[in-house]
Amino acid sequence: MKTSRMFPDQAAIRARHAALVAGSQRERWVTLAVVLAMAGVALLAIVRLEFSFARLGSGIVQLGTFLGLMVPPTPGTQLWALLKALAETVAIAFLGTLLAALIAFPLGFLAARNTMANRLVRFLTRRFSDSIRGVDTLIWALIWINVVGLGPFAGVLAIMTSDIGAFSKLYSEAIEAIDRRAGEGVTSTGGSRVHAIRFGIVPQVMPVLISQMLYYFESNTRSATIIGIVGAGGIGLYLAEMIRTYEWDQVAFIILMILVTVAAIDFVSSRLRLAIVGERTGRL
Amino acid sequence: MAHAIPRLPDTQIAALSAAYRSAQAAKRRTTLIGVLVLAILIMVAGRVAEVDLVKLWNNAGQLTSYLGRIFYLDNGKLVFTDVADWYWGLGRWMSRLWDTLLIAYLGTLFGAIGAFFLCFAATINLAVNPAQRFLARRFLEFCRTVPEIVFALIFVVAFGLGPVPGVLAIMIHTVGALGKLFAEVVENIDMKPVEGAIASGATRWQAIRYSVVPQVLPNFASYALLRFEINVRGASVMGFVGAGGIGQDLIEAIRKFYYSDVSAILLLIIAAVMIIDLVTERIRHRLISLEHGR
Repeated sequence: MKTSRMFPDQAAIRARHAALVAGSQRERWVTLAVVLAMAGVALLAIVRLEFSFARLGSGIVQLGTFLGLMVPPTPGTQLWALLKALAETVAIAFLGTLLAALIAFPLGFLAARNTMANRLVRFLTRRFSDSIRGVDTLIWALIWINVVGLGPFAGVLAIMTSDIGAFSKLYSEAIEAIDRRAGEGVTSTGGSRVHAIRFGIVPQVMPVLISQMLYYFESNTRSATIIGIVGAGGIGLYLAEMIRTYEWDQVAFIILMILVTVAAIDFVSSRLRLAIVGERTGRL
Repeated sequence: MAHAIPRLPDTQIAALSAAYRSAQAAKRRTTLIGVLVLAILIMVAGRVAEVDLVKLWNNAGQLTSYLGRIFYLDNGKLVFTDVADWYWGLGRWMSRLWDTLLIAYLGTLFGAIGAFFLCFAATINLAVNPAQRFLARRFLEFCRTVPEIVFALIFVVAFGLGPVPGVLAIMIHTVGALGKLFAEVVENIDMKPVEGAIASGATRWQAIRYSVVPQVLPNFASYALLRFEINVRGASVMGFVGAGGIGQDLIEAIRKFYYSDVSAILLLIIAAVMIIDLVTERIRHRLISLEHGR
């Protein structure tokens, strides 16, 4: 910074606010250390993962060629098959989300502090959903293929499994955030614990659950487009095949189809969310 | 002591209860229609996705037997009895896991940097003009809608097998995902410091540096850490399409039915994800409390 015209006596100011200056100095050292550490790890990664400008350059040139070949996007001769695969993708996402929401519903209550007093049950439920969440959808798809064979059904089950973990975590958080007075009111008028949950807790958490479900439906449509890569149904199979056979114009067409579908589902689900939940419960 | 409860005249009660009944009936009708539509959708979707409950029922045992089998060694003993044999490839797997973490790290870092420079163009309050905002938003949307594994598939063809396409795929997806979150944070800032900086002659980027960044940095860092955690999970399957990391060993083990290897690698991934989950959550809580402290 240039010397200020208004306060020429900087030394005096520094002396007067010595504590402030020193404090910011320490902060600066911490910042510098963090940035240096991050840069160091990045450098290590670049070396270890064999990044090189030559490779990046030739790759980008290749990508440019592919992009050129992508115009104009065409469905080739298989428009009908692609549409069918796309419908399959949406169906996989829809069923997977719905099943996961249903199964995670009781798990959410088991993992919430205010509905489950037993610490062991809570701990086990949470670790269970954590470990399910730690495994990617694609891995679950591979495992389910071993059970029900290749095809979209394995995809439904894969989406379901990986979402059970996510949903039960979100649900338990929503349940823990509620106002407990409604439940106490039900109990005070002679209701049982089940009544308290049904009339005191469920009405409060339902809007959150539904809006989370709709949100996940959209993101699952995205996941469902790729599980076909390992053979679990949907449009991913065609996409991977077209990329491997260098049919770039068809690749572009499939990606456009996916983009349009996801945008449409986003639109519908946000409309539905507004209709069912109302605007104000959007963030809770 | 009894209180006299005033009772409305019968005609008024009748009118009111009729109104209540019709309101209840309308609500019930809406619910019923909703349930019916949902049921029809489920039937159609079940048909399209070839849901076969009989098959699931018949083969349900296979899941448990598969999950059971991955915990047995080739010699028929439980894996826990001979950990050295179970984790025979520990050195190699740890090195691949380290690769995976580095892929996620580099992808997150580059992606966060890209998102930082792009996010201001996508905001309502700091974009130069609506056209720029529109373009920036559509670009971010494209980056996050196309799944990263699709980018990885394309990049593997362009850049060759190995971790490089994995890093680039994660980077592009991260630009899209973080760009949107960053833009939302920037839209919620206090604009007075920005106006002050501009009034004293700052350029756009100077105003961003001295008035916006101090307000948003803790939030940006917190979102980036959350993304890192997600990206570790994403990087663990990059190897499925040949884009580096531990996924390569995992898919080989699953495809070739090396049962005990599957459980060994899966447990390594789960442990890594959980540890990173815990650590990033700690840091994020500190960052958020830092922000609230100000």
